[in-house]
Amino acid sequence: MTFRKLLAAPFIFWIIAGTVIPLGVIGFYGFTTRDRNFTFENITAIFTAEHAQALLLALLLAAISTLICFVLAFPLSLILRSSGLGQKGFMVFIFILPMWMNFLLRTMAWQVILEKGGLINAIITSMGFEPLELINTSGAIVLGMVYDFLPFMVLPIYNTLMKIDDNIIEAAYDLGATHKRVIWNILLPLSIPGIASGVTMVFVPALTTFVISNMLGGGKINLIGNIIEQEFTTSANWNLGSGLSLIMMIFIVGSMMLLSKLDKEGEGNFI
Amino acid sequence: MKKLIKGFYLFLIILFLYLPIFTLMVFSFNGSKSMSVWTGFSTMWYKEMATDPMIVEAIWNTFTIAVAAGVIATVVGTLACIGISVMSKRSESLIMGFNNIPLLNADIVTGIALMMSFLVFGITLSWGTVLLSHVTFCLPYVILSVMPKFKQLTITNYEAALDLGATPLYAFWKVVLPELRPGIISGFLLAFTMSVDDFVVTHFTRGAGINTISTLIYSQAKVGIRPTLFALSTVIFVMVLVVLGVSNFISQRSEDEE
Amino acid sequence: MRKKKVLLAGVALAMAFLSMVMLSGCGHDKNALYIYNFGDYIDPDLIEEFTKETGIKVVYSTFDTNEELYPVIRNRTASYDVICASDYMLEKMLEEKMLTEMDYDQIPNSEFLMPEFSANIEKFDKGAKHVVPHTWGTMGIMYNTEKIPEGSVKSWNDLWNEKYSGSIVMPDSMRDTMAVALKAKGYSLNTTKKKELAAATKYLIKQKPMVYKYANDAARDLLVGNSADIGVIWSGEYIYCQELNPSLRFVIPEEGSEQFIDGWAIPKEAENKKAAYKWINFMLSKKAALKNFDYLYYTIPNKQVKIGIDEKFSNDRVIFPLADDLKSNEALRYLGPDGDKLYTDYWKEFKSE
Repeated sequence: MTFRKLLAAPFIFWIIAGTVIPLGVIGFYGFTTRDRNFTFENITAIFTAEHAQALLLALLLAAISTLICFVLAFPLSLILRSSGLGQKGFMVFIFILPMWMNFLLRTMAWQVILEKGGLINAIITSMGFEPLELINTSGAIVLGMVYDFLPFMVLPIYNTLMKIDDNIIEAAYDLGATHKRVIWNILLPLSIPGIASGVTMVFVPALTTFVISNMLGGGKINLIGNIIEQEFTTSANWNLGSGLSLIMMIFIVGSMMLLSKLDKEGEGNFI
Repeated sequence: MKKLIKGFYLFLIILFLYLPIFTLMVFSFNGSKSMSVWTGFSTMWYKEMATDPMIVEAIWNTFTIAVAAGVIATVVGTLACIGISVMSKRSESLIMGFNNIPLLNADIVTGIALMMSFLVFGITLSWGTVLLSHVTFCLPYVILSVMPKFKQLTITNYEAALDLGATPLYAFWKVVLPELRPGIISGFLLAFTMSVDDFVVTHFTRGAGINTISTLIYSQAKVGIRPTLFALSTVIFVMVLVVLGVSNFISQRSEDEE
Repeated sequence: MRKKKVLLAGVALAMAFLSMVMLSGCGHDKNALYIYNFGDYIDPDLIEEFTKETGIKVVYSTFDTNEELYPVIRNRTASYDVICASDYMLEKMLEEKMLTEMDYDQIPNSEFLMPEFSANIEKFDKGAKHVVPHTWGTMGIMYNTEKIPEGSVKSWNDLWNEKYSGSIVMPDSMRDTMAVALKAKGYSLNTTKKKELAAATKYLIKQKPMVYKYANDAARDLLVGNSADIGVIWSGEYIYCQELNPSLRFVIPEEGSEQFIDGWAIPKEAENKKAAYKWINFMLSKKAALKNFDYLYYTIPNKQVKIGIDEKFSNDRVIFPLADDLKSNEALRYLGPDGDKLYTDYWKEFKSE
């Protein structure tokens, strides 16, 4: 039956051409100078003040966004779970629908709303208050991250919650557990695979984004993603950009490893 | 009381999710460029959108790339699942490990890695490079949707068909494929959505004059957002609503019938 | 045996399909004209008119800053036949031998060019052999007289006035942003003295909390839409802004300003130079130049424009300045790889603060 394996050939070819070689190219650029000499400089560049600051800020904002997403998503998933089967399809549909809108359009929407001459400030000033500084702040970036990535947190948590056997919960109530205890001691621990998956799916794109910080940060806030993007689009220093990408990948691999530890069965997979 | 709080919470989240989209929709019918003051109903931005060659071309590129990437990824991915399913456990987990890389990697790394590879190998960036890149990040979604269906496959049916004299291809077509169909369809839909939604990879791998909806919005946001984009987002929202609504309805009904 | 053949055929087909896709990836239409220009920098109708006139298909792309253009041409991430860039970037490209020497016989309309505006180009490109001017302009401050008393803004340092905190728009382009701070401090905008650059960077960092947004082309919409009250814009934007919001005023600060000339050039590796010449010649034609002026309101250094437009524009000293107006202005120059690195480092320091 070896020829059946051949059917995987185009795919393996694609993995090599589209994933393995490109990663090799990043590695090559990351460890060489412009004159193709070996160097660690592009890697150690992360310790210079401007790069370290951008990385730390990105980690901080990504962590805050992930936390907010979780705090919003967990109760939401609980409510969706208990809201009964009849509504199920429809309610889930409501929550994933915005996810299908173009991500740039959704971010642009916030830019339009938060602008000083935008909708929210128009309402505030018409009530006689001073306009607020909403856009071009770290807060606006966190808001954009939460808005764009919230569905990625809701779906895996909801999926794992739905898999929990109702009998377990009823048994707990029968044994005299309070509502609070059921959530803390049963639902939360059992949904850890989903939470882990949600956390990765929010944290990684939030850590690496340059679009949200560009559109909602007004050029005032530089995250590590912005630095890398600028190395490729304006500074034309591919070597440094590749080196910094390799550093960023350490954090991605780290959160992936954490995920695979917490979600061994791939339960939290939202597909 | 509890129900009220729950309902209120749901309402707040829904408001948060939909308010920005509806704001865009409302202002797409505004009679002026203003984004905060209502100056009267007008469909001028829709007319302008429909006649703006940049927007029309961006829509065309977005959907042709998404369909092509979806089809290629689905075909290659499904074939691969057949191949992988007869491999040893070890090579299977190795391949699946590689499969997960573009899925979990940051878009920006995938994008720059592909861009540099194209240029290192002397391939000028163009529409084709965008397509190749999209297939690359769509493939894992197809594999992850189709593979579980393979695991559930009742292989005896296929063997029975062979015993009854069917050729492997015929047996595959008539026996195996119908069982895989839901996985293949959802794989294609996922690939299609990921491709339509992508900005970062396209941003780095697009060639001269190639714009998708995403890259067009990004460059417009730098020059100054025009309400034609609001009109565009309204059209996209309605389209998504119809497509998702219909497919949701159909799958619900087929479930009920079962 | 048969099934083996069928499967092998299937694999072969899939591979053939893949390589076909790969080949289509290399598609570059040899007969089309590939143009790379700043965003919103010609009347978009002109592309269609050019195609109608010459039968040449146009592939048109845009970028945001000069710094974005450079790596694309340098690394050939895409192949362009004609580009538009600013003086200092063209100087850099010329120095690195990236530009074609123009064959002026193929650009008969070049007789309409106004030599007084080409002075910037002459400084680095004797006889403007590689660059044909597109637009000319200066950087200045635009402010809203509803919030800021008319006539009170005179200096670049007014952009550091705490009264305007939260309503200031600054450019987001390395050399231009640095130029504002350098001019405010009274230095040359081409300085490579570390002390001066460090002072300018410090000054920019001090201003950062007061700035509403760093934006280039989008600055005009923020000023028009009352999202910001004072900001740096280019001379060409000011008529457009005033038409939409009459309370806006434009001033060129007393310390002198940055003046630029943006021009067309043909990269060495251009594949369709013939069409590129046709495009440049078309841009210099009376019809196209006038249309561009009506769309952009930037100075088009073209004799036919000065005669052809409304007197209120041709007598406007911002658009067609007198020699005296330009005395204290400076143009950006290419500062060599070391100068570039110096600016990049200080720019990053400011950006990440």
